[in-house]
Amino acid sequence: MNKPDVSQIAEALKEKFGKAILSQEQLYDFPDFIVDKNTVSDVIRFLFDDERFQFRFLTTLCGLHFPGTEKPFAIMYQVHSLIHNLRLRFKAFTTIDDLEFDSLTPIFSGANWMERETYDFYGIQFKGHPNLKRILNVDDMDYFPMRKEYPVEDLTRYDKDDTMFGRESAGFKKLI
Amino acid sequence: MKEIQNNYSDIKVVQAPPGYEGPGFFATSLDRVVGLARKNSIWPLPFATSCCGIEFMATMASTYDFARFGSERLSFSPRQADLLMVMGTIAKKMGPVLRQVYEQMAEPRWVLSVGACASSGGIFDSYPVLQGIDHIMPVDVYVPGCPPRPEQILDGVLNIQKLVHNESLRRRNSPEYKALLASYGIE
Repeated sequence: MNKPDVSQIAEALKEKFGKAILSQEQLYDFPDFIVDKNTVSDVIRFLFDDERFQFRFLTTLCGLHFPGTEKPFAIMYQVHSLIHNLRLRFKAFTTIDDLEFDSLTPIFSGANWMERETYDFYGIQFKGHPNLKRILNVDDMDYFPMRKEYPVEDLTRYDKDDTMFGRESAGFKKLI
Repeated sequence: MKEIQNNYSDIKVVQAPPGYEGPGFFATSLDRVVGLARKNSIWPLPFATSCCGIEFMATMASTYDFARFGSERLSFSPRQADLLMVMGTIAKKMGPVLRQVYEQMAEPRWVLSVGACASSGGIFDSYPVLQGIDHIMPVDVYVPGCPPRPEQILDGVLNIQKLVHNESLRRRNSPEYKALLASYGIE
């Protein structure tokens, strides 16, 4: 079987999904597709099933957050065709009011923990996920720490307070 | 105070506690004898999660030889341990596990916090990391360093020995100690 060209894949996707394939670019050696949020799971299912391509390994999946943009949240998927040694990347952007994606667990069992991680850090929901709960952080955490509106630092730390070093504390200054 | 003489080797022998001595008897307080015995036979429980744990392995090995201080036997069960040595970064998710280990230890128990991470969170000023184990349990001695050298760990253990040696037998029943545990929500 001949190794498909990226342009062949792009053509097949455009033929099948039309306007849902929003754009395509080449980032270094990585073909990168931006896909409509509600279609992305169908696109990945199509590439999985299609005999010409056989993208049957989900390398990774994660959330993204670009605050201040029109659609700040996204999920990035990387799929790998093991027999062609070809990788593709998909991004699907969405707004904060519409944070539910279709789960990929019916296609890839390996998506289970990755989607739990994405939920854990970004609060993105997955429709059809069998066990969507936090995986890495403590269960009683009440926020999604990789969203950029939250500080990276732990707020229970007190030894970094400027007053400990003989300086006026930044917190103190704010109060005045 | 009388030093026990040993003419056959240069092995250092612990001094007898102060007391009254006469022909065929020696009298001292029970606190001092118990303190002496406890101090020189501490069973540590190593709770090693990262690089400080590697330094602890060096502390246990031949060059630094932790066994010289009466801690030959590590206790990997908290139920028989006297000293909890926490070495390394404690993630918040590890916190309840560490606390359960502490609660399973029988009194009297001591805690040695080895390294910057266990003592204050260290460089990991970040949402998943516990900012010092003293948020969840009382700590007796802190060892600074990132990671501390084996000499520093030994110094920490010697400071623990001082505490063990001088501790009153009634301390663990005192209202102050109970209040300390209650402030951590233990018992």
